[in-house]
Amino acid sequence: MPSTHPRPLSPHLTIWRWGPGMLVSILHRVTGGALAVAGLAVLAWWLIAISGGDESYAKFVEVATHPVSLIVLAGLTWAFWQHTFSGLRHLVLDTGAGYELRTNRFWAVMTVAGSLFATALTWFFLMGVGR
Amino acid sequence: MSVGKSATPLGKVRGLGSAQHGGHHWLEERAISVALLLLSMWLIFSLVMLPAYDRETMVEWLRSPWGAVPMALFVITAFKHGLDGLKVAVDDYVHDEGNRLAVHIFLRMAAVAGAAVSLFALAKIAFGAPAA
Repeated sequence: MPSTHPRPLSPHLTIWRWGPGMLVSILHRVTGGALAVAGLAVLAWWLIAISGGDESYAKFVEVATHPVSLIVLAGLTWAFWQHTFSGLRHLVLDTGAGYELRTNRFWAVMTVAGSLFATALTWFFLMGVGR
Repeated sequence: MSVGKSATPLGKVRGLGSAQHGGHHWLEERAISVALLLLSMWLIFSLVMLPAYDRETMVEWLRSPWGAVPMALFVITAFKHGLDGLKVAVDDYVHDEGNRLAVHIFLRMAAVAGAAVSLFALAKIAFGAPAA
């Protein structure tokens, strides 16, 4: 007799218990998406502004140094470091290493700690504080 | 079991062995990731090491082969990696086959156009006049 019940679905966001591995996996995709869309747009815009001459570069600097833009750029910097560290973790996982529960959890947490630290460090140097 | 006489797709391919390049895309994605890792480290360190962020400094940096060549490689690698990533995400969330194909085509065009525009701007800087 055909069942009228809906077929079982694989567990999704609403049913999983949150943990570092899950958080980092989601962050990897979200930060990757942000970098691919917003990050690459900024890259293209920045190169076009430099190539356009003094006036177009001045306009870029004016818009990019607006407080709202600085928050976006700081966010993209964090997204870059999070995606980079998480990507390094994936390269290790691809070799078959690092799946032991404690190890896996430890390096998931470390990507988040590392990205926050690296973002602070990057802006510390970018703002000339470290010079 | 005779090969090629089964009605099911699995039966048709069973026993034929691998196509030999199933891992190509996977491996290429990783190779590009490693390249982008190196190039993005170069970009971050270069930006941090620049003495100033005025246009003259930027132009001087990007007119040098040590600036222009890695930047060209960065642009190509970053757009390729971004396209690969977005395509995987689209595969997961866009279930209709027609829509998926349309989004894939759009993403490819956007990535190639973005890379072309960025490379043109870079070439204009690299081969153009030094900033006054």
